[in-house]
Amino acid sequence: MASVEIRDVRKAYGTTPVIHGVDIDIQDGEFVILVGPSGCGKSTLLRMIAGLENITGGDIRIGERVVNNVPPKERDIAMVFQNYALYPHMTVAQNMAFSLKLRKAPKSEIDSRVNRASEILGLDKLLDRYPRQLSGGQRQRVAMGRAIVRDPQVFLFDEPLSNLDAKLRVAMRTEIKDLHQRLKTTTVYVTHDQIEAMTMADKIVVMHDGIVEQIGTPLELYDRPNNRFVAGFIGSPSMNFIEGKVKGSGFETASGLHLPLPARPGAADGAPAVYGLRPEHIALDPNGIPVTVKVVEPTGSETQVFVDAGGQQIVCVFRERVTAGPGETIKIAADPQLVHLFDAKDGKRLIN
Amino acid sequence: MADTAIEIGRMKAPPRKEPSAWSRLVSGRGWLSFWYMMPTAVILILFLGYPLILGVWLSFTDAKIGRPGAFIGLENFEWLWGDDVFWLSVFNTLLYTIVASTIKFAVGLYLALLLNKHLPFKAMFRAIVLVPFIVPTVLSAIAFWWLYDAQFSIISWTLEKLGLITANINFLGDPWNARWSTIFANIWRGVPFVAITLLAGLQTVSPALHEAATLDGATSWQRFRHITYPLLTPIIAVVMTFSVLFTFTDFQLIWALTRGGPVNATHLMATLSYQRAIIAGQLGEGSAIATAMIPFLLAAVGIAWYGLQTRKWQQGGSND
Ligand SMILES: Nc1ncnc2c1ncn2[C@@H]1O[C@H](COP(=O)(O)OP(=O)(O)OP(=O)(O)O)[C@@H](O)[C@H]1O
Ligand SMILES: [Mg+2]
Repeated sequence: MASVEIRDVRKAYGTTPVIHGVDIDIQDGEFVILVGPSGCGKSTLLRMIAGLENITGGDIRIGERVVNNVPPKERDIAMVFQNYALYPHMTVAQNMAFSLKLRKAPKSEIDSRVNRASEILGLDKLLDRYPRQLSGGQRQRVAMGRAIVRDPQVFLFDEPLSNLDAKLRVAMRTEIKDLHQRLKTTTVYVTHDQIEAMTMADKIVVMHDGIVEQIGTPLELYDRPNNRFVAGFIGSPSMNFIEGKVKGSGFETASGLHLPLPARPGAADGAPAVYGLRPEHIALDPNGIPVTVKVVEPTGSETQVFVDAGGQQIVCVFRERVTAGPGETIKIAADPQLVHLFDAKDGKRLIN
Repeated sequence: MADTAIEIGRMKAPPRKEPSAWSRLVSGRGWLSFWYMMPTAVILILFLGYPLILGVWLSFTDAKIGRPGAFIGLENFEWLWGDDVFWLSVFNTLLYTIVASTIKFAVGLYLALLLNKHLPFKAMFRAIVLVPFIVPTVLSAIAFWWLYDAQFSIISWTLEKLGLITANINFLGDPWNARWSTIFANIWRGVPFVAITLLAGLQTVSPALHEAATLDGATSWQRFRHITYPLLTPIIAVVMTFSVLFTFTDFQLIWALTRGGPVNATHLMATLSYQRAIIAGQLGEGSAIATAMIPFLLAAVGIAWYGLQTRKWQQGGSND
């Protein structure tokens, strides 16, 4: 096991820069998730850690060693690919044993490691099958088994669950998390699914267009997003943003509505700003602001209601059942302690 | 449980009217595919099956050009058994096929691996590799004929200028020189087919497998040995079957270069068969030589077939 240190790492394909200086510190044994929209450079960064892509600038350290010029096989990392990349002409057991065979490990050691990994992953009965004869979830497990037998310094996962159906994805999520708690191997995991990130990570790195927007624990990112991008990316359904300006110690929407703030914002009176309100922090309140119901979507455990507040679309999530139908008026309010305020131009957080 | 299922099945099945023989013939699934295959089958039988069967039949007769001939059993084969020229042609054919196919495979695989890398001017190199394949055989044979000419050979000339030899090499006049020269010409002509087909095969091997193997600690040789090569074997089997068949039955190149000479040193079974059947008019005997090629060819196909059959990992699906 080892820590991973990424210092001002840059990547350009030809003259096109795709990663513009990224700094991430990963502690020994930590489960870190890189999350961000498609094309933001997550895979590229992961592949640079693995050594499958050259590093254009900056340093990557694994343990204490700078690995910029260390070939992949000497970095002692294992990677699980999105399409699993199982060797189709080898059985499950051979797939898992391949790296050990190359290392010329003794047969007894290979067997015991493969057996242990297959026990952990419940692959005992499938050892003689070929990848073609496995379901998606089983292939996924074999790919993890191949990583586990190596007992590497670092596990790298590139969207390992994106080819699975929704239910299996949830199950595998728990399994990977459980596996990490047992093995305690430093893990870097890439996904574009923020729920996966929130549920699994010790630490989340939110990336966007080749830069790191924020690093923090899942709850830090949820409670105190540094900027509008992170605020919108983390949480589901995503945060409501209302345009307007700072007015005294409160906020005034473009349509003249006054909304409360938890503290004085770090911006001048009248400065344009964006008010952020998570759907689940809105409650029905007889003293609240009247809004018109557009659509009601009950999910059973909660109800999503799309409302119109003076021309502004807002999504609300209520724990209680909502009886109002489209066109009717309900009154809503938000806990001022839980609202966010961002700069209208650079999107920075304005309340600390 | 089972009983009720059967009961339900019985109750549901509507009384069926036996379809007439004619409607079965025009619409039954089996028959339909038969009708679709008919045109191809007719062409194959007419242009492949008939000559083949006729050839085999002729080999059991004493037919000559202009005379139908009568059935004489195995006499032709008995005669060939004692014919040194025939056995020489068998030896030549095996030598020609084994040496040329092996080298074509090695060079073709090497070129394919090379062309699969990211090279500058990749498209141009690929096009160049294909040139020997595009040129008509007879044309390339004539070119080789000049290259190997006893007096005007540019190879001899170059080697002489370099001071490596003092007299012209008699490429096609000396038995062993002629064998190696024709083998070389065959290799030159056959490599592109092997190289391009294997290149196509290489491109079906997912790069992710190579990345996974790299991370598993494989050197580039080990990646070739344990990933590329095993994944390529099905295509290698097909390519090499064709390559062996083409080489074994080669006729044009030899005929244009040496006509089987000198003193039958380069006669292949195909050229000898042609010489005896068409030039000398001994249709029965020539056919017998051609028929004698069939067991060799079947063996080659059999080996390739066996090679394809035993690859269990390719057969999909069955979940047990
Ligand atoms: N080989 C390449 N040549 C040029 N540009 C590339 C190459 N590979 C990736 N890119 C670019 O680099 C950027 C980052 O790609 P990357 O694959 O890291 O995205 P990602 O965050 O993993 O996205 P996704 O969630 O879709 O997998 C993209 O804009 C992509 O177009
Ligand atoms: Mg990716």
